[in-house]
Amino acid sequence: MSPVAPGIPRPLSPVEVELLRLKDEIAAHAGSYGLDFYEVVFEVLDYDEMNEVAAFGGFPTRYPHWRFGMQYEQIAKGHSYGLQKIYELVINNDPCYAYLLRSNSLVDQKMVMAHVYGHCDFFKNNYWFGRTSRKMMDQMANHGTRVRRYIDLYGLEAVEEFIDACLSLENLIDLHAPFIRRHEERPRTEVGEEEDEEERFRAPVRKLRAKDYMDKFVNPPEFLEEQRQAMEERLERQRRFPEEPERDVLAFLIQHAPLDRWQRDVLTIVRDEAYYFAPQGMTKIMNEGWASYWHSRIMTERVCGPDEIIDYADHHSGTLGTQPGVVNPYKLGIELFRDIERRWDTGRFGLEWERCGDAAERARWDRGLGLGRERVFQVRKIYNDVTFIDEFLTEDFAEEQKLFTYGWDKQLGQYVIQDRDFRKVKQKLLEGLTNFGQPFIHVDNANYQNRGELYLVHEHAHSGVDLRQDHARDTLKNLYRLWSRPVHVRTVMEGRDVVLSYDGKKHAERSP
Amino acid sequence: MIRKIQQDHARFKQIVRGRIRKNLRHYITRGEIIGKKDGKLVSIPLPQIDVPRFRFGARQQGGVGQGDGDPGTPLGGDPQGQGGGQAGDQPGEHILEVDISLDDLAQILGEELELPKIEPRGHKSLKTTRDRYTGVRRVGPESLRVFKRTFKQALKRQIAEGRYDPERPLVYPFREDRRYRSRKVAEEPESNAVIVYMMDVSGSMGFEQKEIVRIESFWIDTWLRSQYKAIDSVYIVHDVAAKEVDRHTFFHIRESGGTKISSAYALCDRVIDSRFNPSDWNIYLFHFSDGDNWGGDDTKRCMSLLREQLIPKANLFCYGQVKSAYGSGQFVKDLQEHLAGEEKVILSEIDGKDEIYDSIKAFLGKGK
Repeated sequence: MSPVAPGIPRPLSPVEVELLRLKDEIAAHAGSYGLDFYEVVFEVLDYDEMNEVAAFGGFPTRYPHWRFGMQYEQIAKGHSYGLQKIYELVINNDPCYAYLLRSNSLVDQKMVMAHVYGHCDFFKNNYWFGRTSRKMMDQMANHGTRVRRYIDLYGLEAVEEFIDACLSLENLIDLHAPFIRRHEERPRTEVGEEEDEEERFRAPVRKLRAKDYMDKFVNPPEFLEEQRQAMEERLERQRRFPEEPERDVLAFLIQHAPLDRWQRDVLTIVRDEAYYFAPQGMTKIMNEGWASYWHSRIMTERVCGPDEIIDYADHHSGTLGTQPGVVNPYKLGIELFRDIERRWDTGRFGLEWERCGDAAERARWDRGLGLGRERVFQVRKIYNDVTFIDEFLTEDFAEEQKLFTYGWDKQLGQYVIQDRDFRKVKQKLLEGLTNFGQPFIHVDNANYQNRGELYLVHEHAHSGVDLRQDHARDTLKNLYRLWSRPVHVRTVMEGRDVVLSYDGKKHAERSP
Repeated sequence: MIRKIQQDHARFKQIVRGRIRKNLRHYITRGEIIGKKDGKLVSIPLPQIDVPRFRFGARQQGGVGQGDGDPGTPLGGDPQGQGGGQAGDQPGEHILEVDISLDDLAQILGEELELPKIEPRGHKSLKTTRDRYTGVRRVGPESLRVFKRTFKQALKRQIAEGRYDPERPLVYPFREDRRYRSRKVAEEPESNAVIVYMMDVSGSMGFEQKEIVRIESFWIDTWLRSQYKAIDSVYIVHDVAAKEVDRHTFFHIRESGGTKISSAYALCDRVIDSRFNPSDWNIYLFHFSDGDNWGGDDTKRCMSLLREQLIPKANLFCYGQVKSAYGSGQFVKDLQEHLAGEEKVILSEIDGKDEIYDSIKAFLGKGK
């Protein structure tokens, strides 16, 4: 990213010429396998620039905030102590931007490029990325400009504090919101119209049309009572606010919290970015698995020379290696994709396969269908991590990969292996992935006790895991900053239903 | 090129500084920071600087792992702490270790305790010399050659000789044209300081008492070092007899026996007379004891030593009395009685670790 005068192309160094040639070569290979990607722009960075971009989440510029500085501190430290090294970064954008580390060897660069084309194909084609902005590069820069302007106008402290509060609620979004409409948009009611509506409900219960002498048979008292109750319920619901529970807490706050214009805008920025990054959290295993699957194929089948294969294998196994007791998403993803390909090539799916209990027959099962390639492309299009694991993680696979569940052992005071039972392993994996590992929390009532207090509900039953208390309290504090009336969250702590509250001065805990 | 991240990074550091300042009392009382003193940086662990969120408590949650082992086999460490236990990408629980230089730490200490800048005593007799490359001369090593001046010189000469052709502006510097940077020696008056730490190591000073002395001296040392360019330290321990020891011994020695404080004062006086001329040195005396001196005669001797010898020579005499189960705590009262009104004397009673903070403030708050 050396500064270049506009319009005057800087002469390319021999390495860059070679990298450009490689890029074209690898793009051609990727294309010939059927990968479908946006144009990829590679930038070559030195390690410090790479650390900076990584701290910014892959973007060259973000709005000013200290947490990027903190990430930078951690990344830079990890780098200088030799604990971690960032080989590559790629961002979901059209065109796709990817970064290469200047000091990487040529084999590494090839592998990274092949990997990037895998990611880019995934970004473009996976359904869950369908609603993300493809001009995020520009949008992020715009966000930066807007926040900087607010800092100029209202002061660093004020804006920073507010951003901190917003980030505290960043995970309270509705992952499916971009794809479905939760409830009908209510037409805006004019002033006065609302009273009419109430009037209408207060009016006598509507009867079915009947001749006078038939009236008590067509409209018997029970029927009228039923009608009246239904109507009252509807009225009751209308009085509730929001009418339906709202999982997109951020959107709710944007619409209804008493905020200044700039605050609303900052909250919108935080929410937009949260939705942009959400699919990456939802498809981590698939995305990395897919990219690794393709870099491995492209490298071993097409690109690697005989003199490079050892280096390649070394680095490839480095990324896929598992620390004892830890699931590596790269590894899990690539193995699952390979398993799917194998199963659909040999026809190991469907009722007949499921029912077959003969181990010997299963071992030599091959229907010669050759559907593997087609199937993996399909899978990368419509699945996310939850559905991917749910559908394709089989008992055989779990056994082969030696998966287990672990948990906290109170007596030993450390984590221990709990179980190798397939069902439990899968259950645990899925729990960790649901809602990208975040608790489900919705707005239940924004006029709690008819005092304009905000009442949230943590859907504890989903995972059965408690919230972290200290964090929950601090988050409530930040929520109060936005709502400026007392805030509550109902959850479960150690088997008891509790409501945690914060009223601007002190925290409280009570049973509901 | 200034990187964009620098701004955020600077802001982050500022926040960290604020955190350290806010919790300084907490950090001051903890010994482990001192243990981490390595060169000029200290690492300070800062838990929870991250943004709070509604998130799951980790221990209940568990997760899925991969590898060998039967049920019940302990996993080494916390799998989630390594950032990969959950297949998602939740960050594990990080305790951030922030590196901060001792100078910064001293500055924070100064700000928080509202310590005044120390005004050295009037005599700045010690001269330090600093080399500055401000001049230019005709001879010198090639690494110091000034290109611009050399070029100018050559150009001047060539024009004078009429050998300069504007059409082909080639300039050849000769040996005589070359110019080199030269250094000039600047003399700067400099104040030097010596800190004399004296500690009672009689039987009644236990581990806890020494820990307090250790922590307090660390902070005093840090502050004074930030105020003076060069600083010397002298460590003296005493029971019935006093001896000068090195830093390590000072903090780790285990002695027993009675207490004769005068022995330390006498030794201190000898050290000052032989090595640190009071007209050249700013002298700081710190004495820590549990206040249990042996016999009234010795106390009398102490007082006369202090009044006639030590106090006139020193900038400051600080006496910190650490509470111990055995000590009578009489000595501080004697000092109060005999040296009341002495400006250079500061007394402080330290009952426990929590009072170190206030004690430091008392000692250094006068800016002597």
